[in-house]
Amino acid sequence: MTSIIKCENVSVIRTKKQILHDITLEATTGELVAILGPNGAGKSTLLGVLAGDLIPETGTVYYGGKNSSEFSQSDLAKIRAVLPQRVTISFPYSVEEIVEMGRGPRLADGDEGLVESAMRRLEITDMRKRLYRTLSVGEQARVSMARILAQDTQLMLLDEPTAVLDIGQQEKLMGIIRTLVDEGRTVISVFHDLNVAMSFADRVVLLQNGKQLGSGKPRETLTASTLSAIYEHEIEVIGVNDDTGPVVIPVQKKTSPRPER
Amino acid sequence: MTTNPTSDLRRLNPRIVAVVLLIAFVIVIFNALSTGAYTIRLGELIRVLFQGPARDASGDSVAHAVFWNVRLPRVTLAIVVGASLAVAGVVMQGIFRNPLAEPATVGVSGGAAVGAVIAITLGLSRITLGVQVFAFIGGTLATAVVYGLSRVDGKTDIVTLILTGIAINALSGALIGLAVFVADDDQIRTVTFWSLGSLGLATWRAVAMVLPLAIIGIAMSTRFSRTLDLMSLGDRPAEHVGVPVERVRLQTIAIIGLLASSAVAATGIIAFVGLIVPHILRLAMGPKHRDLLWSSALLGAIVTLLADLAARTLLSPAELPLGVLTALIGAPFFLWLLRKMRTGESTWS
Repeated sequence: MTSIIKCENVSVIRTKKQILHDITLEATTGELVAILGPNGAGKSTLLGVLAGDLIPETGTVYYGGKNSSEFSQSDLAKIRAVLPQRVTISFPYSVEEIVEMGRGPRLADGDEGLVESAMRRLEITDMRKRLYRTLSVGEQARVSMARILAQDTQLMLLDEPTAVLDIGQQEKLMGIIRTLVDEGRTVISVFHDLNVAMSFADRVVLLQNGKQLGSGKPRETLTASTLSAIYEHEIEVIGVNDDTGPVVIPVQKKTSPRPER
Repeated sequence: MTTNPTSDLRRLNPRIVAVVLLIAFVIVIFNALSTGAYTIRLGELIRVLFQGPARDASGDSVAHAVFWNVRLPRVTLAIVVGASLAVAGVVMQGIFRNPLAEPATVGVSGGAAVGAVIAITLGLSRITLGVQVFAFIGGTLATAVVYGLSRVDGKTDIVTLILTGIAINALSGALIGLAVFVADDDQIRTVTFWSLGSLGLATWRAVAMVLPLAIIGIAMSTRFSRTLDLMSLGDRPAEHVGVPVERVRLQTIAIIGLLASSAVAATGIIAFVGLIVPHILRLAMGPKHRDLLWSSALLGAIVTLLADLAARTLLSPAELPLGVLTALIGAPFFLWLLRKMRTGESTWS
């Protein structure tokens, strides 16, 4: 397994506030790494550093062992694709046109095939002539994912790919992402849903207040005590059976006192 | 995951649009060449055209003189300026990610006019390209200022964009007013010309100055057609697919400055051509810039030719300033578009 991306001792400071403290992370071929943590933990910032959008104050990012500063914008586009939380398209482009945008500034031979196969994988071929803006949020999410896939990079960085999807669509999309990983791609993704990470990730990285509190296999790392501490709420992890991984649920207190203001 | 197997694209084939526009272009050109204070009939028109610009000894020398010295330079200038303004509008809307951006409404033409007026007041109109260079500096500076001020978190806020445009237009109005205050009578006439916009001073010299800049600007803009499509994803996602956004921004601002300022330097402020033309074409055949750029150049030329034809025939023998006419038509259109966007009926088109 080759190292695809690695960040070493990364710290980010924005407006005098330290957002990431000394984060080290590596992902190899055929690996799905989930970045987890409460709101404001620094998940999206970490993804931004990994994408090359943010230059950290200290620490270095390596792509395939090479320092990220050696790569231009167009080099990076061949190495990693990034799925942002939300994309607003400013003019009425069609689904097909948007997926094709994943191929970047210069279209080449063979691009058409990549666009077609990305649309087939996300099952959006029959909405290719529809306007992006008339689609439901779930459909838009699939179009965006198809655009990322059409970019055809080894590394994919995803920011909450399932956030707007219903449970059926979520399982389907995660299934597609899992297949891509099993075929050898590397995915690093931010998730809010701990159960998605539990079922699909090879490895999880837990963040709280910009610090890395743990990392490892989901079943070993996402324990009731760790999660309760990180999310500051009592959380239980219940085993269902060996096939379906354990389920993470928040504990409802019967008489929850109103928080004092 | 069920999908709805429909298409909601109501787009015309670009080839059909090209044919329609080309036919309209030729018809409008012939009309513009023959109509005016002195009517040149079609047969005569073709005859003087084939005689060439050299003075005609045998035939009707009036038709010959009107055609070669008045009509043809005017029609050529209308084509060049209209195409430049429309293409500047397309590029501007692309990098601002906003269909309301247009050289005149956001203050770029105003900036160019100020540059031109300053050059005239300083007596630089005697120097070749003196006015044009100042107009270019003014227009490009205004573009950069508007761009810098109206962007929040990588997006152009409509309200800020329009307010910035109002402020810059007010400032250019004031500076032009100041120039009128210190200028002598002769200069005042030319200075007023800049703020109202007209093709009345069209000469071959004016054509010769604008034409190369327009060709350079339009040719350069076509290199950005794919990039402008990608920019509609937003700055960050465009970067992620390999667009060097910062560099593209600087280059396109220079193109807008070049096209809008050279147009303004030749004819004064002609507003709203850059707004209406791309909008109509986007509705007709979709937003892809590859088709939008050439078709806007063509329709921009047609619209400007028609507007100029109306300006010089509606109240003939008096002539309406062209800029006044385009603003009379364009401003209500702008308000309608603004209203449509603000009520969310259509976020962008």
